[in-house]
Amino acid sequence: MSAMSDTALQAAPASKARGYWATVGRRIRRDKVSMACAIILVLIFASALLAPWLHLADPYQGSMIRRLRHIGTPGYPLGTDELGRDMLARLIYGGRLSLVIGILPVIFAFVIGTSLGLVAGYVGGKLNTAIMRTVDVFYAFPSVLLAIAISGALGAGITNSIVSLTIVFVPQITRVAESVTTGVRNMDFVEAARASGAGPFTIMRVHMLGNVLGPIFVYATGLISVSMILAAGLSFLGLGTKPPEPEWGLMLNTLRTAIYVNPWVAALPGAMIFAVSICFNLLSDGMRSAMDIRN
Amino acid sequence: MLAYTSRRIVYVIPIVLSVALVCFLLVHITPGDPLVAVLPADASQELAAQLRSAYGFDRPLPVQFGLWLWRAIHGDLGNSIATGRPVLSEVMRAVGNTVMLAIAAAMIGFTLGLLFGLIAGYFRDTWVDKVATSIAIAGVSLPHYWLGMVLVIIFSVQLNWLPAVGAGPGGSGAWAWDWEHLRYLVLPAITTSVIPMGIVTRTVRALTGDILSQDFVEALRAKGLRETGVFRHVIKNAAPTALAVMGLQLGYMLGGSILIETVFSWPGSGLLLNSAIFQRDLPLLQGTILVLALFFVLLNLLVDIAQAAIDPRIKRS
Repeated sequence: MSAMSDTALQAAPASKARGYWATVGRRIRRDKVSMACAIILVLIFASALLAPWLHLADPYQGSMIRRLRHIGTPGYPLGTDELGRDMLARLIYGGRLSLVIGILPVIFAFVIGTSLGLVAGYVGGKLNTAIMRTVDVFYAFPSVLLAIAISGALGAGITNSIVSLTIVFVPQITRVAESVTTGVRNMDFVEAARASGAGPFTIMRVHMLGNVLGPIFVYATGLISVSMILAAGLSFLGLGTKPPEPEWGLMLNTLRTAIYVNPWVAALPGAMIFAVSICFNLLSDGMRSAMDIRN
Repeated sequence: MLAYTSRRIVYVIPIVLSVALVCFLLVHITPGDPLVAVLPADASQELAAQLRSAYGFDRPLPVQFGLWLWRAIHGDLGNSIATGRPVLSEVMRAVGNTVMLAIAAAMIGFTLGLLFGLIAGYFRDTWVDKVATSIAIAGVSLPHYWLGMVLVIIFSVQLNWLPAVGAGPGGSGAWAWDWEHLRYLVLPAITTSVIPMGIVTRTVRALTGDILSQDFVEALRAKGLRETGVFRHVIKNAAPTALAVMGLQLGYMLGGSILIETVFSWPGSGLLLNSAIFQRDLPLLQGTILVLALFFVLLNLLVDIAQAAIDPRIKRS
């Protein structure tokens, strides 16, 4: 931390000419923890994306005689699950669904929440009250409870789980977007744009969006960690993915019965969720301090 | 203070009503007929219509909401479809277990969080700080249901020290304050405490750092106040925000207990919610969520009032 702020101080005069985002990018690249997390995430994403070309075992093909092999069994580097399916293949293929259902809600909520917050913050008045009071209602529910209530009512399924998590995150992002926007809207450059005849839509899109997007983006990145845990949690409860689909939360659930036979194989899917979640958290922290140029 | 308190209570009324509305609407976003769980598969049209009017599902939505709300105010949340017992008594019995779990977890999580946060904030950028922040970030990134499983693997399966599931020997519902029963609380409470521990650590660390960098601390030190005295000022200034965060976390533990209670088969409101969802017991689902959300609203109200009581500046804003 201290080493980073020292280099930032030294770099300050030169980096001014480089522009804000270039400086932020440079500062992130110098942050070892953030870069390590970024590399781990790239590896996990790439292996999930390229899974069919990695010469893995069939993640759906089980075998009654090969059930619950231990980690390190020849031919099964990470063992097999309760139906004899190769764990390595299932963990890598599992990344596909797990990452999609964990990240999509945040992307949807980012788009919806930013729009709502921008409009509420810029237009203000009655519209602001209407949007923000509605948002407040969702704050009256603990987020896990809200996700489970909506998922439980809608029934199990991937789409429903994405919908329920989006509904959970929209209010949070809207609040952040609204408060950032209200901070920016009274600045001189917005007044100048208005004075030179720009309409509200142009002002929001051209002049404000670029200024509010950074903090909202960092906040949303931090939410991915929560979203991964909750999405896998819904599947863990049986509200998300359905068997035999490989998905980390669901795998954790079906392997629960195996903890007395082969405990460490049963714990593997959770380790994947943890890895992705902590990397996103650390990356979000790194981005936040990199964007905080004042320090 | 009285004026502030009553104003806060008045503000809560529309929130409570909207929470009730959301809970009411939950049943109506469910796909298919809400009667599907009570109706036998081969039920005749007449029976379905009869039941529909018995449950009031044939009336317009606003009327249904009004009637439902009126009954809810009088403590009638309907009967569980699965057991036929009143929803409210089912929920209240389960909530007691969840409250017990949440309080045990809060004692662990808040104590450690405050301790780590103060130390990390005070010795910022030292190795102590790095250790504490690492623990905190691991705490907030852990899938807690997985941590529960890992703890069961270590302490129940491998070491055989603590029970893996349930809330008492022999699966009996009665709780007693002896080691035989408390053993069952250890693993769920530790699992629940991890997220609040992480969040409280991060909050208190940031607060402590901010306070220590303020001018008045410089002034206190310049006039010769010992570090223990400075520390007292830090605690006083950090208390309102820390309290708010802890209140919120307690609410999350009460409302978000479903995953952990499922892992440990802990007979609380989360496990009740789980069975309500999978038995399609909609009145029970609706009632449990309503009660838990109202607990959360109430807790937030108490935190606001307590915050204003210790920090008079809040009242004026």
